Amino acid sequence: MTAAGRAAPIEVSYFPGCSLATTAKENNQSLIESCARLGIRLVEIPDWNCCGSSSAHSIDHRIAFDLACRNLALAPAGRPLVTACPSCTLRLKHAQHLLRHDAGARGRYETLWGRPYDPDLHVRHFFGLMVEIDWRSRIGNGDVVPLDLTFAPYYGCMLNRPAALRPSTDHHGVMERVLGDLGMRSVLWASSTQCCGTFLTVARPDIVTPKVNAILQNAADSGAECVVTACAMCHMNLEVRCTLKAPIPIFHFSELIALAFGSARRDWFSRHLIDPRPLLSRKGLAA
Amino acid sequence: MERSEAAMTPPKGPPIRLSALDPQFSREIKRLAGTDFHACLQCRSCSGGCPFSDHMDYMPNGVMRLVQLGLKQEALSCNTIWICVGCHTCSIQCPMAIDIPGVMDALRERALAEHVAVIEPDILAFHREVLHSIARYGRTHKLEIMLRYKLKRRDLFSDLDVGLRMLAKRKLDLTPSRIEQIAEIQKVFRP
Repeated sequence: MTAAGRAAPIEVSYFPGCSLATTAKENNQSLIESCARLGIRLVEIPDWNCCGSSSAHSIDHRIAFDLACRNLALAPAGRPLVTACPSCTLRLKHAQHLLRHDAGARGRYETLWGRPYDPDLHVRHFFGLMVEIDWRSRIGNGDVVPLDLTFAPYYGCMLNRPAALRPSTDHHGVMERVLGDLGMRSVLWASSTQCCGTFLTVARPDIVTPKVNAILQNAADSGAECVVTACAMCHMNLEVRCTLKAPIPIFHFSELIALAFGSARRDWFSRHLIDPRPLLSRKGLAA
Repeated sequence: MERSEAAMTPPKGPPIRLSALDPQFSREIKRLAGTDFHACLQCRSCSGGCPFSDHMDYMPNGVMRLVQLGLKQEALSCNTIWICVGCHTCSIQCPMAIDIPGVMDALRERALAEHVAVIEPDILAFHREVLHSIARYGRTHKLEIMLRYKLKRRDLFSDLDVGLRMLAKRKLDLTPSRIEQIAEIQKVFRP
């Protein structure tokens, strides 16, 4: 099937966030590549700033709100704002929640950013987009390389929300469904939604290391050949804090989609601290 | 099955002094957190699910009780508010839909405003370095955050191996990714 015969291209605004822009470039590039193959153009919002990460809301709610709002204000009207990092998503959605329910918050937004907030701006994680579009119809069957891999889907805290921010549909099972369609087999395991420890990795590695080891050991014991993460922060923590002798490799979700679409790049996998290349070549999937 | 003696004995600690209860504090935290912790019925789902409760002095349900009662000093000085990373495992399990990490955020902010001694100074130092980086570049520059954090603690050598492995794998950029309109960020950080 030719590209012309496929569904119409989609253009969305894109908020990569600091992790994808720096430490997890392979996550960013593979996401952009995968989307390009699906006819989705990710248009980075101009001059976006850090969403505030965990630190802003931890010690100053006003700074956290303002930082998130600047990004909302930069997003052009009329198209969704797609995010790749679960944590950025939550920060942006939390700011939107305040804007919706608090006139004072709206006033501050208008004063700082010189425009009214856009109540129709749809902030959504890439997973939501992936579920909504019929991606099968957007790529020819012959264009997919089946991935013969057994994986442990690792969502971390992505699916957790305070009650006010819970989406009407959650993203549980997205990795299993999409990667399942690409030939992969998921295992059922206990640590799928265990928090990776996030920023405690810096000040309290004594807490994070045993957590990370337990998660990776659990994945291996469940029969997985690799772990697939939804979040760049989780990916980094699992790789950096693991002290197991022979841990199984950890992929970003987007890397595997790109691999199946035949657009993976060798230098993504060479950036991993736990080298996934031996597994990939064993499976005849070397990029 | 007979219960052990320990299971029936209330935890040891100072008795609650009714004169120390501060209902004003309770109202203030409720306003800041935007969630009604008075709905907490002490089912302890939060503490059972919390991945980090082993490292907390008060369990999350204990902190809900402290703020309900208005035990200000205990709530502001506990390490729980600093160990909590806001993963929301508790929120998703709470049958009363309380935004528990929202309460932790409010308590942390109050603790800083009231200059309460911070029991986890390294965690606070890290948060301050992240904000410093955002104020300077509009984005986080991880290498500089780590170096400044290590310098402040006068401990350059712990985690050196981790840092070097990340550098070798090109995971830590030497130069920051920065935004153009930094004046807009400075506006945000102006008190």
